[in-house]
Amino acid sequence: MGNSNRAIIINIAFVLIGLIYIVRLFVLQVVDPSYKFYAESNTQRQLTQYPSRGLIYDRNGKLLVANQPVYDLMIVPREVTPFDTLAFSQALGLPHDQVRELFAEVRNNLRSRKISSFKPSVFYKQLSAEQYAVLQEQLYLFKGFFAQRRTVRKYEYPLAAHVFGYVAETNENHLKNDAYYSLGDYTGISGIERTYETFLRGEKGARYILVDVHGREKGPMRGGRLDTAAVAGKDVTLTLDIDLQAYGELLMQNKSGSVVAIEPSTGEILSLVSSPGYDPALLVGRERSRNFPALVTDSLSPLLNRAIMSGYPPGSTFKTVMALIAMQEGVLRSNTTHVCNNGFYARGVHVGCHPHRSPLSLVPSLANSCNAYYCYAFRDVLDNPALGSPKEGLDHWSNYLHNFGFGQRLGSDFFNENPGFVPNSEYFNRLYRGSWGSLTVISLSIGQGELLTTPIQMANMTAAIANRGWYHTPHVVKAIENDTIPSRFKERHNTGIDSIHFEPVIEGMEQAILGEIGGTARLARIPGIDICGKTGTAQNPHGEDHSIFVAFAPKDDPKIAIAVYVENAGFGSSWAAPIASLMIEKYLTENIHPSRHWLEQRMLNANFIDAQQE
Amino acid sequence: MHSRNSNTQSIDWVSIVLYLLLVGFGWVNIYAANTEADSPVFWIANKEYVKQLIWIGFSLLTVGILLLIDSKFYVEFAYPSYILGILLLLAVLIVGVEVNGAKSWFQLGAFRFQPVELAKVATALTLARVLSRFQFSFTSWQDLLLLGSVWLLPAIILVLQNDLGSGLVFMAFLLPFYRQGMSPYVLVLGLLAALIFVLTLLLPNYSILLLMAGTFFAILLFHKYRKETLMALGAAAGVYGLMALLMQVNSGAVNHDLALLSGMGLASLGLGFKALLRRLPTVGIYLLLFWSSVGFAYSADYFYENMLGEYQRSRILVLLNLKNDPQGAGYNVNQSKIAIGSGGFSGKGFLQGTQTKFNFVPEQSTDFIFCTVGEEWGFLGTTSVILLFLFLLMRLTYLAERQHSAFSRIYGYGVAAIFFFHLAVNVGMTIGLAPVIGIPLPFFSYGGSSLWGFSILLFIFLKLDTNRGQVLR
Repeated sequence: MGNSNRAIIINIAFVLIGLIYIVRLFVLQVVDPSYKFYAESNTQRQLTQYPSRGLIYDRNGKLLVANQPVYDLMIVPREVTPFDTLAFSQALGLPHDQVRELFAEVRNNLRSRKISSFKPSVFYKQLSAEQYAVLQEQLYLFKGFFAQRRTVRKYEYPLAAHVFGYVAETNENHLKNDAYYSLGDYTGISGIERTYETFLRGEKGARYILVDVHGREKGPMRGGRLDTAAVAGKDVTLTLDIDLQAYGELLMQNKSGSVVAIEPSTGEILSLVSSPGYDPALLVGRERSRNFPALVTDSLSPLLNRAIMSGYPPGSTFKTVMALIAMQEGVLRSNTTHVCNNGFYARGVHVGCHPHRSPLSLVPSLANSCNAYYCYAFRDVLDNPALGSPKEGLDHWSNYLHNFGFGQRLGSDFFNENPGFVPNSEYFNRLYRGSWGSLTVISLSIGQGELLTTPIQMANMTAAIANRGWYHTPHVVKAIENDTIPSRFKERHNTGIDSIHFEPVIEGMEQAILGEIGGTARLARIPGIDICGKTGTAQNPHGEDHSIFVAFAPKDDPKIAIAVYVENAGFGSSWAAPIASLMIEKYLTENIHPSRHWLEQRMLNANFIDAQQE
Repeated sequence: MHSRNSNTQSIDWVSIVLYLLLVGFGWVNIYAANTEADSPVFWIANKEYVKQLIWIGFSLLTVGILLLIDSKFYVEFAYPSYILGILLLLAVLIVGVEVNGAKSWFQLGAFRFQPVELAKVATALTLARVLSRFQFSFTSWQDLLLLGSVWLLPAIILVLQNDLGSGLVFMAFLLPFYRQGMSPYVLVLGLLAALIFVLTLLLPNYSILLLMAGTFFAILLFHKYRKETLMALGAAAGVYGLMALLMQVNSGAVNHDLALLSGMGLASLGLGFKALLRRLPTVGIYLLLFWSSVGFAYSADYFYENMLGEYQRSRILVLLNLKNDPQGAGYNVNQSKIAIGSGGFSGKGFLQGTQTKFNFVPEQSTDFIFCTVGEEWGFLGTTSVILLFLFLLMRLTYLAERQHSAFSRIYGYGVAAIFFFHLAVNVGMTIGLAPVIGIPLPFFSYGGSSLWGFSILLFIFLKLDTNRGQVLR
């Protein structure tokens, strides 16, 4: 029968199948890498470890912004067993109806497969530590719930909200543009929280766990050897002096407007007040959803950072720069005098002025804020015989303004600076179809007309004057932990005006306050401090004029330059000047001289908001 | 060479070592599949690896006893054990409990037992007894009827239990049949049937018909029946064309099946007539073969569409790569391939498997235990297991061939065939080369009755081997 052959054939069949399987296994296990990849995505789950945001300090090391824990109540629907919902809502501190709605939402999300029955999802966001403390004692009664710790901002002072900005959950744009973010992360939305987000946010850590087929946690992967801890964000020290900031916000209460104080030698912003402001704590965690709409719809726009976003005409404070330009252009000398007959008259153009001695030279013209003097100076700049035309003259003028930081974003730490507006010849060519001259645009000479500047630009101009010709870009960041601040803040910008021309201007600003030859800002006088300032009043077509004052002190080796805007308050001398001088005094001496307490009281009591609304 | 003078020779230690290696490594993998990383306690009574340890002990005890029993007993015991086995299979059909859709388990308290394991032993013994009868012949209808009944009865009962997998195991006995002289054409026909079955799933019936008709004519041409072929081809084509035209005119739709069958019917009539007239037996045989293929194709199609359950249909489709469904019917195989594939060359290490431990692979300690081997021990582990089994299979055929007694030899082949079938199907399904039919991997899969049954199966043969010099029957 040849059956022993058949035994061989049978053995061959065994070996053949064995070989086929071994080859197949070789392909599966050794050649084809895709199964390893599938296996990893099957079993590994990466859990994010959230870092706490960097802390924020003031220039003197006082803690301004810290973090506080909040607790997201998480639910794993599958693990929930029947429980007393009334006790649950009491433990949560929520009305029973709201809890019922939350459960209805979970059911809906389960049905629409937005959430998984096996995986944790957020049931109720951001319970405060106090709420959590109450809940925690009873949490064991409610199977399938647990709390996940997150941190949100905690503000040590109810101040400087516009500087800090706020933090909120990332939106689609953040997710799309930055691979760092994933759904549910927080990010700085405005202010320095936004600008220094990459430093403040820290590095997320990861915990790798193994999960089973239902996504249930089964323990750490490889004993947790791959886990990375979250790295807390870098601390940021600001240039703000929080005491000065507090004083500024106090003085500006019941007023709209802003105060920007800068250290001239460094460009460091000592105080940046935008009024009305708000308590930054209003925009933390759960509070934000409640408060944000109210802040947005408020007719006084408390969310608006007026210090960097509001453009006003600079008014008479601009005369300082006007004089400097004219001197640099060689059309004005400190001893040049001009006649003022209650104003400037030329070929049907009239610019009014208030009564004062006449004629005046440069220093008293600044102290008395004579309009006519600067109309002449401006006309001389534009009609300079050394130049071809008034158009060329205007472009010279507008170049100087750009050198002072006007008409452009200064490049401070705030992303949403308003550039303001400085017209040039092209602009007027378009506006007047080419036919215009120095008289057409004469109101620019006294800081009116098309010119628009922001408070921070005015403070920067004052710092440049205090420095006799140069400035550092104003900024609020002083130091970043283990890192350097942006190098642009170290650069010195020159105004293109020789330092020699500043002396008469500064003397005029000093006289404006001393008032020995007549002065517009005598209320700003501080005993023992040599302060230089210039008043301004910005015409406001919508109501009462805005009160403006710029100042720096001490005259030699200036420590502070300041710009104050009080909206709808009238003359600069009455409100902005006292506020600026009180700020300066507070910063330089830490106390207000007893002889000026009445003035401080008057500023604190002043209320231009209610008056405006009546 | 071994001495053939004494009545009993020493037991085959090679097989016993292979057995112990397989059982031991199997237990290690059950332990790995079943243990939990965060639970250091070993002795938990309801853990599968603890239960399996008890079963291993029980099996060793049983095989010890089996070795003490006289070989002649197994010969005599064959028929009674078969009757007992059939009765148990029938009983389980009535009083059994259903597990995974198959009503094939006895439940006595916490203890569960699958009588099919005993039925395999009994059937192997009985088939050996039948085949070793004096003057048994594969050409005798009576012998074939007896053999076929003994062979298929338990398989049919198992299919009735909805335990298709265990029923298919009985296909394994074709191997000892072949060894004993069954025509290899039976195997060829089996393969042909399988091919036609697959084609019915792939193609519409009439195209298979066309294919078979084409093959039929090609074979006739090959045998130089040129004139007959052309005539039959012409007749078939003419009838087909005529009928298609009539149907098109009548109802606007052509029933290609009917038209083709009619055409082939007329051609076959002509050919058959000619074959009778001219005495051409080859043509007759091919005609028979052709029409039985046609009959098989249509009944296979009917069987597939109307007799199989939805899940069985989709499993077949997935296996044949006709359907890609990783979350549905293909889920098991897909996860199992991921587990094995992720093991790499040398594996993730003992207890380091993640796919198998965290329930991604279903039935991870029973039918899919091979995944744990693949994941934790890698290509080295899987190859070792396959090689161990190959050694055992070749050792068994070697042992079988040295038996003086036909009974012992046939039984030995039966044992080897059962192990081979289980190995091929179980490992094959985990790597996507065989359909997912739930049968265990011998010695590896968790489960008391299967370990016990496989041990009995093997050790009866090893006992018979000690009397290899004797003619037991």
